Amino acid sequence: MLKDITLGQYFPGNSPVHRLDPRTKLIMLVVYIVALFCADGWIAYGIMFAFLAMTIAVSQIPVKAIVRGMKPLVFILIFTGILNLFFTAGETVLVSFWVITITLEGLVRAIFMVVRILLLISATFLLTYTTSPIALTDGLESLLGPLKKLRLPVHELSMMMCIALRFIPTLIEETDKIMSAQKARGADFESGNLMQRVKALVPILVPLFISAFRRADELATAMECRCYQGGDGRTKMKLLRYKLRDFKAFGIGVALLAAVFTLKSFGL
Amino acid sequence: MQKNVRRHFMSYCVNKEYLCMCRRSDPQEEEKVAPILQVQNLQHIYSAGTPFEHIALQDVSFSVERGEFIGVIGHTGSGKSTLMQHLNGLLKPTSGSILLDGEDIWSDKKLTRQSRFRVGLVFQYPEYQLFEETVYKDIAFGPKNMGLSKEEIDRRVREAAGFVGITDEQLEVSPFDLSGGQKRRVAIAGVIAMEPEVLILDEPTAGLDPVGREGILANIESYRKAKNATIMMVSHSMSDVARLAQRLLVMSDAHLAMDGTPQEVFARAQELLDMGLDIPEITRVFLKLQQLGLPVEQVYTIEQATQQLCRLRGEVSNA
Ligand SMILES: Nc1ncnc2c1ncn2[C@@H]1O[C@H](COP(=O)(O)OP(=O)(O)OP(=O)(O)O)[C@@H](O)[C@H]1O
Ligand SMILES: [Mg+2]
Repeated sequence: MLKDITLGQYFPGNSPVHRLDPRTKLIMLVVYIVALFCADGWIAYGIMFAFLAMTIAVSQIPVKAIVRGMKPLVFILIFTGILNLFFTAGETVLVSFWVITITLEGLVRAIFMVVRILLLISATFLLTYTTSPIALTDGLESLLGPLKKLRLPVHELSMMMCIALRFIPTLIEETDKIMSAQKARGADFESGNLMQRVKALVPILVPLFISAFRRADELATAMECRCYQGGDGRTKMKLLRYKLRDFKAFGIGVALLAAVFTLKSFGL
Repeated sequence: MQKNVRRHFMSYCVNKEYLCMCRRSDPQEEEKVAPILQVQNLQHIYSAGTPFEHIALQDVSFSVERGEFIGVIGHTGSGKSTLMQHLNGLLKPTSGSILLDGEDIWSDKKLTRQSRFRVGLVFQYPEYQLFEETVYKDIAFGPKNMGLSKEEIDRRVREAAGFVGITDEQLEVSPFDLSGGQKRRVAIAGVIAMEPEVLILDEPTAGLDPVGREGILANIESYRKAKNATIMMVSHSMSDVARLAQRLLVMSDAHLAMDGTPQEVFARAQELLDMGLDIPEITRVFLKLQQLGLPVEQVYTIEQATQQLCRLRGEVSNA
């Protein structure tokens, strides 16, 4: 059950999408999000959808995995949909009874909003599914590099993110194990009122925190043993270098943006 | 090589015969009581329907009689822990069933919860599950969940602490101030306090020194004797299971590869070695002696080895 949380999970593979430079993928994600928020009209959304579908197909990530990752967000999606459906003012009234009126504009807007969030999340999943956490933080560090001039601790931040991403699955596994162990002693997490349920969390949280601190301690020792002392003068084993395929990807990104803006300017 | 195989086979047959004789003369075996646990065609698939699908158990069937001490061995990742978590209803079988006292533990929600109390499971590295302020409270967690009265909880906590050698003063300290071995004892006491009819331990001695190991094994044995409980112990130490268990289950690649007395199982030493398992050191020594042509039988404990050697010396000095 807890295992189904796929946040930050990486599906190893060797597709063209996997092989792209992490920086390219990060930039492309930003480009995609910008395009997504500029898009309006059926054609623009069609293009955005087709682009994502093609990228997913090329990446060989099973669609099931992306759908499964979506599950925890169903509530937000429904909420957004309903909010837009009922609270958009418009002229063409479709349904009207009591205090509720549904307009055509509202319906269209609700669909667009939900599709927009779905595409946004799918694109983000695609990034984390095809990029290992290490590559991702390397990419981020390199992209944010210029901010070092402003005395921002870019290396430290990216290292923290890398460690956090790395330990999410470990902590989930650990939680699963502790939950099983307490269940074996008769702990009950599924029944009782709110107060009882909150109390039932103590036997999980205390061991979980203790083990997290223990892990942090061990990790710090291990890093110190390897003479880690921050980013200054640190060299990389895998140097990031843009290749031809990255420039192709950028080309596609520019085309995508151009298409969306052109459609927008024609009011389609 | 061929001769060797034949000899193994002979000793295997002989052992079986010897065993049957034992069984017949044992009065407890005469009156047929229903087995406490029955595992039927158990299959478990982790993450079914995803790219991470993994068959952890396949077609496992066996039954457990009351009062037995069963050792479970198998290489890393063979599915031992997965199997153990099925026996008290923590994991739901993908197919197959677990019967506790003849009733399917998944037939009714209440029964599933009851099975947690009747089949106590001590996890691998159980000390990481401690969470209360005092040792006493931690041991009392299980009995409290059972809904027992205050007096009964107190009795059980003190008795459980007694089994694992936790003193009255130690009951009042924080569990986090204890040593690793002591923490493990507290965790085991937390399960024993529920007075389960079947006590399952997943590698209870992993990572302990010899003294700590012996202590915990003695605790388990004393609980079994006092409550006539059934014990199942997963272990990587062949000499421990050989010495304590009356019966061994050998897991290999999600299957139950062997099920028999230590005598029967260790007689198939070569198969065990092929599975990537160890055999007790003393068995290994005697296997070598056999290969060298000495007239010794298969042994798996030090006592048996001494006997054999004494007999051998007797024969030599008589001749
Ligand atoms: N929660 C899980 N999700 C997915 N696969 C799992 C999970 N737990 C175990 N497995 C897999 O199932 C198989 C059996 O695991 P199990 O823990 O039962 O082995 P084991 O015999 O107890 O090994 P060990 O001796 O190392 O404790 C392993 O290959 C493991 O990778
Ligand atoms: Mg295990």
